[in-house]
Amino acid sequence: MSNSNFNKSATALLTIVRKEVVRFFRIWPQTILPSAITMSLYYVIFGNLIGNRIGRMGDVPYIQYIAPGLVMMAVITNSYSNVVASFFSSKFQRYIDELIISPTPNYIILLGYISGGIARGCTVGFIVVIISIFFTSFKIDSIAITVSVVFLSSLLFSLAGLINGIFARKFDDVSIIPTFVLTPLTYLGGVFYSIALLPPFWEKISQANPIFYMINAFRHGMIGKSDVEIAPAFIIIIVITTVLFISALALLNKGIGVKQ
Amino acid sequence: MSINALEIRELRKTYKGGVNALKGVSLNVKEGDFFALLGPNGAGKSTLIGIITSLVNRSSGEIKVFGDNLFSNPSAAKSHIGLVPQEINFSLFEKVMQIVVNQAGYYGIDRITATKRAEVILKELRLWDKRNETSRKLSGGMKRRLLIARALVHQPKLLILDEPTAGVDIEIRRSTWEYLKKINASGTTIILTTHYLEEAENLCRNIAIIDHGEIIENSSMKALLEKISSETIIADLEKPLKQIPYSSDYLISSIDEHSLEIKVRDSQGINDLFSWFNHHEIAVRSIRNKSNRLEELFMGMIEGKNEQ
Ligand SMILES: Nc1ncnc2c1ncn2[C@@H]1O[C@H](COP(=O)(O)OP(=O)(O)OP(=O)(O)O)[C@@H](O)[C@H]1O
Ligand SMILES: [Mg+2]
Repeated sequence: MSNSNFNKSATALLTIVRKEVVRFFRIWPQTILPSAITMSLYYVIFGNLIGNRIGRMGDVPYIQYIAPGLVMMAVITNSYSNVVASFFSSKFQRYIDELIISPTPNYIILLGYISGGIARGCTVGFIVVIISIFFTSFKIDSIAITVSVVFLSSLLFSLAGLINGIFARKFDDVSIIPTFVLTPLTYLGGVFYSIALLPPFWEKISQANPIFYMINAFRHGMIGKSDVEIAPAFIIIIVITTVLFISALALLNKGIGVKQ
Repeated sequence: MSINALEIRELRKTYKGGVNALKGVSLNVKEGDFFALLGPNGAGKSTLIGIITSLVNRSSGEIKVFGDNLFSNPSAAKSHIGLVPQEINFSLFEKVMQIVVNQAGYYGIDRITATKRAEVILKELRLWDKRNETSRKLSGGMKRRLLIARALVHQPKLLILDEPTAGVDIEIRRSTWEYLKKINASGTTIILTTHYLEEAENLCRNIAIIDHGEIIENSSMKALLEKISSETIIADLEKPLKQIPYSSDYLISSIDEHSLEIKVRDSQGINDLFSWFNHHEIAVRSIRNKSNRLEELFMGMIEGKNEQ
């Protein structure tokens, strides 16, 4: 690629990212506020009210145990929703055509949308971290693990959201996966409990849930221990991310959902 | 030899579901041309434009834009094209200025340059006052002009307009024509589809007529208009006419008591017609063409084709 083409692609990427970030900040009562409120309630109810009766999970106070899970929950749902909603709107109102007629390569379109998802996932994740400081002492065992798990998970779910957006034909299709797949998998991925508490059969089943690895890898980064080994968790996350990236790019190249 | 702005070879499109929208279309548009693509509803105009602008996948065929192959070198080919689509397709929440500047960004134009250009274009298209409005707050005519502004911000060499003046008032239509003439004069090649044949006749030098996915005519506007063999004239009468006197020269029918429809062949003069009126003591208040010339020709072609 020539230098001038590189600069043009960079400008196009910047344009998409800016547009995406402006979008979710403009509609912050729909994009940022809900997670902030929900997570505050979780902290109050499960952390303080019920959590005090539960006592400790493993050897950390319950609220400190669930804090990483809640942050990850916010990151995952916000990354996903941002890309699926934004991409679907651009299809629905047909302003995706602005991009398709332009020389912007598909991988730039892809990077632009998922950067938007990562920006929102990480913004909301950060806000939830700030909120949790009011409820529990927030220590981080390994910054490197914490940050890279958040980033990779956000990337992974932005890609998944994009694929959902590519296939979505009506508004219902935008919320089906988050409601019926994402939320259950997150709850069952060990936000609120250690899977060691489950009967062996369900413990095995839980290990097939990718979100389980993210939540626990993140918890590992924060409190220094969790239900998973850190290396396999990273490998699983990276493999899934790669598969999703290749699939999303192939779908865009074929024009699925956007070209007749 | 000047290069073609657009070269289309044997383009075919079958939509999912089986509609055969293009059946082997070949077409050249010269650099600097003002080209009309005409055809009835459903003829395949938007499909053809969709494929040229990458919005529709081709079934087969080749396209070159200023020599760059659209399918093997898409980024070069695409950078030459600006599109005014048939349907309004702005983001509902984006502001006028952002729409234009972002479009420039997708073509790799940095934000400072884009902002300057957007200012010039929005002023020219009388949208500058609206630059901070969201697009949904614009009137229909303003939205049409914004489509043009957005299509021009990256200074395309080829501007394609799919019914740019559908649903706008006479004044805006005329000012749009003037604007298009101006940018054509400054070197931009223009391809336009329209259902207002007056628009095509006034603006375009060359023309293709498409029907049922096939090009049925492709020539210069001048050559095409010369083919017209007759005109239909309507005469409004001073007094009601009960019975039409016989004429051996003209085909005359009555629309109502006060107006006649007369078919005049090119070889006939209009003077003879007036003699005929005088001879029969028919007082004529005014005469006018039934439709514009291109329209008559067009109807003749489409009907002739459909009867086959
Ligand atoms: N997305 C689509 N899927 C299936 N068939 C389509 C699609 N778009 C257009 N068609 C069909 O292809 C044919 C050509 O349509 P097209 O929109 O190209 O016509 P047009 O010449 O632009 O008409 P108009 O003057 O009404 O805009 C029509 O029969 C139409 O029904
Ligand atoms: Mg059309």
